[in-house]
Amino acid sequence: MQTTRKIRVLIAKPGLDSHDRGAKIVARALRDAGMEVIYTGLRQTPEQIVETALQEDVDVIGLSILSGAHKALFPKIMELLKERGLTDILVFAGGIIPEEDIPEIKKLGIKEIFGPGTSTEKIIECVLENVPKRA
Amino acid sequence: MTKTEEIAQGVLAGDRRSIARAITIIENDAGEAPKLIASIYPRTGNAHVIGLTGPSGSGKSTLIEKIVREYRRRGKTVGVVAVDPTSPFTGGAFLGDRIRMQELSTDQGVFIRSMATRNYPGGIAKATKDSVKILDAAGKDIVMVETVGAGQSEVEIIKVAQTVVLIHAPGLGDEIQAIKAGLMEIADIFVINKADRENADKAVMDIQAILQLDDKEKAWKTPILKTVALTGEGVPQLIEKLEEHRRFLEKEIERRKSLVRAEAELIEAIKEKAASSVIEELRREGKFEELLQKILRKEVDPASVAEKLLHKKLKKT
Repeated sequence: MQTTRKIRVLIAKPGLDSHDRGAKIVARALRDAGMEVIYTGLRQTPEQIVETALQEDVDVIGLSILSGAHKALFPKIMELLKERGLTDILVFAGGIIPEEDIPEIKKLGIKEIFGPGTSTEKIIECVLENVPKRA
Repeated sequence: MTKTEEIAQGVLAGDRRSIARAITIIENDAGEAPKLIASIYPRTGNAHVIGLTGPSGSGKSTLIEKIVREYRRRGKTVGVVAVDPTSPFTGGAFLGDRIRMQELSTDQGVFIRSMATRNYPGGIAKATKDSVKILDAAGKDIVMVETVGAGQSEVEIIKVAQTVVLIHAPGLGDEIQAIKAGLMEIADIFVINKADRENADKAVMDIQAILQLDDKEKAWKTPILKTVALTGEGVPQLIEKLEEHRRFLEKEIERRKSLVRAEAELIEAIKEKAASSVIEELRREGKFEELLQKILRKEVDPASVAEKLLHKKLKKT
């Protein structure tokens, strides 16, 4: 059955680092997999990210961070999402995130963390398998 | 209340999550979308809908951000629908218009939605028109639609917007010449952005030359403005022009309404005069009562009486 529904993904860069090559590669890969990708650029605050997710009614959020500030920013983002009632969004993260931090991050509700060198196929697969089915 | 009804109520209350979900319904749910539109339709028609188009590289998004800020400074609320093309090969889209507008995302008086064309022709998405209605019904004073427009076929914006702004920049090649037909014909306001560059004045003259080819007497004199989006130069003047066009459109509507009213009044006056003069004469001649009795005895019907009288009357003059 033909459906016009597309998976909408927000690729966001929280924090102050200015390396967006990885984020753009993932964004393009998801686009080539038939998704609609909203890319908001560098230096996003948690409030900006969550507000964007709300206005764009996204299914998925990908957070790209290379500055090491994930411990401060990820909890804030997940908290704001909960506050705004945006609890049915698949969230994944990528960038420079030490392995020992991963369990804690997953406990926040972030589904998967993709380190540098992850194939884009893996990310696409993760999205397709875990994207929430909307009525 | 069904989910759709709930969302409609939320839209009318200006709730942002409801607005977002409503637009998603418009984009995806052919079953629920008409019900949603029916619920909110009575509250549409208040926003000034502005379409902004132009080739890539003209600085549209940067300029739009400045325009939104200026409207906000003047106390207006703004909705923005930013449309980008869907890849005909993959079906996906890269929606990057927000990059230039992200500082506005936390402003509660601004709502921005990125939209992919999903292969709908003409530069907009099928869902654009109804999404504009959603933002209108939610109470936005201004609704702006941003699209990429470079050729002669990206003119669908005219079906969505009341005011069409064509944004160009010097040094974008021969594109000003190339867009003679189509976009040039539908624009209400021309903007040369990046006007601090060389050849800005030449670009203005190029457009003037093309506009002069059309020597029809127009009620709206299409202006050509210069802006520098990065600094905000020229933006207040652009807002003034947008407001002027809005007033012009309102006057046009008033003018047409007055015409319709005048027509109705004249026809009514003629009918009354005609009727009263014929009836007066009948009464004076004592024939009115006689005719009424004939009708009561079913010898004749009222329509035939009227026909005969008027036939006689009109023949006399």
